Amino acid sequence: MSNSRSDVADGPLRPADHADAPDRGIAQPKLGVVGWLRWGWRQLTSMRTALVLLLLLAIAAVPGSLVPQRGADPNGVSQYLTDHPDLFPVLDAMQLFDVYASAWFSAIYILLFTSLIGCVIPRTKHHWAALKARPPRTPARLSRLDDHHRVVVDVPADLGAASAAAAAVDAAAEQLRAAGYRVERYDRAGSASVSAERGYLRETGNLVFHSALVGVLLAVGIGGGFTYTGQTVIQEGDGFVNSLALGYTSFTPGRFVDTEGLTPYSVTLDRFEVTYTPLGEAGQGQAGDFGAHVMTRLPGEEPQEEVIRVNHPLTMAGDRIYLMGNGYAPTVTVRDPDGEVVFRETIEFLPQDSNMTSQGVIKVADGLADQLGLVGFFYPTAATLHSGAITSGYPALLNPLMTLWVYAGDLGIDDGTARNVYALDPTGMTQLAGGDSDTPSLELAPGETVDLPAGMGTITFEDATAAGAAEPVARYVSLSVHRDVSAPWVLGFAVLALTGLLAALFVPRRRMWVKATVGDDGLTIEYAGLARGEDPAIAPAVAALARDHGAALARLGATARTPDPEVD
Amino acid sequence: MPGPSLDTLSVLFVWTAVAIYTLAFVAYAVDLARRSDLAVKAKDAVGARVLVTVGGSTSDVAPDALDVAPADRPRYLWARIGTALTVLAFLFHLGATALRGIEAGRVPWSNNYEFALTGTLLIVAVYLGVLFRYDLRFLGSFITGMTAVFLGGAALNYYVVVTPLADPLKSVWLVIHVFVASLATAFFALAFALSVLQLMQARRERLAGEASRRTGPRFLRTLPDADALESLAYRFAIIGFIFWTFTLIAGAIWANDAWGRYWGFDTKEVWTFVVWVLYAGYIHARATRGWRGSRSAWLSIVGFSAVIFNFTIVNQFFKGLHAYSGLS
Repeated sequence: MSNSRSDVADGPLRPADHADAPDRGIAQPKLGVVGWLRWGWRQLTSMRTALVLLLLLAIAAVPGSLVPQRGADPNGVSQYLTDHPDLFPVLDAMQLFDVYASAWFSAIYILLFTSLIGCVIPRTKHHWAALKARPPRTPARLSRLDDHHRVVVDVPADLGAASAAAAAVDAAAEQLRAAGYRVERYDRAGSASVSAERGYLRETGNLVFHSALVGVLLAVGIGGGFTYTGQTVIQEGDGFVNSLALGYTSFTPGRFVDTEGLTPYSVTLDRFEVTYTPLGEAGQGQAGDFGAHVMTRLPGEEPQEEVIRVNHPLTMAGDRIYLMGNGYAPTVTVRDPDGEVVFRETIEFLPQDSNMTSQGVIKVADGLADQLGLVGFFYPTAATLHSGAITSGYPALLNPLMTLWVYAGDLGIDDGTARNVYALDPTGMTQLAGGDSDTPSLELAPGETVDLPAGMGTITFEDATAAGAAEPVARYVSLSVHRDVSAPWVLGFAVLALTGLLAALFVPRRRMWVKATVGDDGLTIEYAGLARGEDPAIAPAVAALARDHGAALARLGATARTPDPEVD
Repeated sequence: MPGPSLDTLSVLFVWTAVAIYTLAFVAYAVDLARRSDLAVKAKDAVGARVLVTVGGSTSDVAPDALDVAPADRPRYLWARIGTALTVLAFLFHLGATALRGIEAGRVPWSNNYEFALTGTLLIVAVYLGVLFRYDLRFLGSFITGMTAVFLGGAALNYYVVVTPLADPLKSVWLVIHVFVASLATAFFALAFALSVLQLMQARRERLAGEASRRTGPRFLRTLPDADALESLAYRFAIIGFIFWTFTLIAGAIWANDAWGRYWGFDTKEVWTFVVWVLYAGYIHARATRGWRGSRSAWLSIVGFSAVIFNFTIVNQFFKGLHAYSGLS
């Protein structure tokens, strides 16, 4: 490949070990430092390396589906620690709970993308030059190509052999141009020929696909810095304000998020609606049609009524607000022995099963003789099992019941230690009711009041309908607020990648030659095609070219000597 | 509800289809066996001239060409019976799937049972559709056998009564994402079968080249050569790959609406990604010197195994957000 023109004409630039690349043999001179660097770079950008890295990537992704991941399943990770306390630190040291952020996984995809970029950039330059180049010179011996037809024609006497050859090739060039080929004439003494090439879009698509993958990676990587997600829980009648200090139970900002500059919109939950498949039907109790009816308000604007549904998040000031979960939030009042209210709260109970058996924790820190911790179970449709245990048989409020275990002692919240509001640590507390204690657990339906053990006072399960609510127990929703500026970019690049892939895989790149040689007894016309890359239709394409050109020759007055073109 | 429900009828159709697919499998298997006889007889007749190549038309055991119009194909009796039975079974299968969808009042691909129903239907549909273009009847025993096993297995192990759709599934993306994923699976299945045959054929060609006495199953002699099989496997695989890429993108759009993020390395997402990377590797391997041929065929086989793993094991046993198998 001495001159650049023929180099360009050789087709897309390929890594040296590409199946379509010319085999250059191994004639390696002695290598210096630069030589070794070049050698290393060539290894990294070779097809074989890319292939191995791809396979490694596939293998490396698998453990993340076998072991719970902190990102996708944090509770699973905690559970794993409980179940396998000895194995956990080993796996954790191998970053197996953060596979997709691990050093080894990152190493693979960074190398893969380096290899990809190192391959794409020179190919793009090369392709750019190829796009401006003309189709290559017609090979001297077309018969050496796999797809080759030859036909000998008699030309009318009044038309000279040379001009007949030129006319025949003109017709072929026109035919190829109409079929989308780029054509170039190469005439010599005694022969005329046209060289044609099509399917530059194949390489373009290939380069677009690979570049778009880099785009996806960059969009994810850079966009992640501007992304935040926050979780919040709101009960019917309550609201939340989009502010780090006021609104969120948890908030995960990207590196470049200005947490002080959030738009302070507010979302108030008017009511939560859900339907359950009726008893006796297939899938009874299955919940559906979740709808959080909310009132939203942007600063300085009128409030708006909206509904947040599954698959239909609410968009507010560029954030998307998703409905992630729901549950019951019973209101409980605790009075001291004198009848003074020492505690009144609506407490979110976490659903434990599909029939909404829910668990919650009530912590009464002040006002009683001792600090009080209550672990409650709430059954929207209480039913008693044969074993005597209570369960919920249906998720709606058909027979609501709350049972409570009572602990007295030190809640452990006075020293400033952060405590999970949904869990009670009974260390240092005495169990007064339920479980192993002698007193049975407290049981209350909405509107009922029972005495606390040891004469500590009373507890009331408030009936919300008394306050005008539609149901005796309030509901709450958990919402997830996301800002993801990268998503549209990722989608754009992904669609671009798919488009590029379609072109790269399905546009055939091929060269065609038609050559007319003046002989002693007529005109020899040769047709040849060369596939550049996968091209299952090259042979029919050459046959079709010969057939159509035969018709054009007939119009010129030339007659084929053999009735059918001979097929090699 | 008076009388048997449509779903009962649907299940009846499923088992009818399974029975007929099994018969089709037998017919196709007989066809392959008879082709073996044909190959042996022709070998005896031709004597020493055994090594046939593509385009060599002197011998009766010239491998059948792939790209032959239906009317011009060899009239293998048992293959024709197999195809007729497959069409019949397909009609029952189609009826079963349609009835299930009508009974449920939605697309019939919303739990593992229905995924299997629709997925295998598409495999057979693609097979029958491709028959118009390519003479792939030698894949018939594989396709009908696999379909009978999957369909019967799904009816036994995955069957669930029709229940209302879970909220996250109430999306237009259910129609698109799952359907295209099933379609991709159908093309991958054909590519897989061709890759397996390609490996067997390559082995036979190698052994024949070494003038070995044993060259594996004899019906292989009537099949196209390994290169032709590989080329066709590749064509099916890239169509599957395009559909799979689309599945990934559509799934990400849906996840962004339903779960609040377009990608979260949920177990099913991981496996869909693994499958994508494996087939990307296959396509790369086809273009890498030293990997074309048998090595790349293995990647196609591994890729399809991952697809099946993703559908069966991951759906059923892996914890994740794609918890729609309907099984507990």
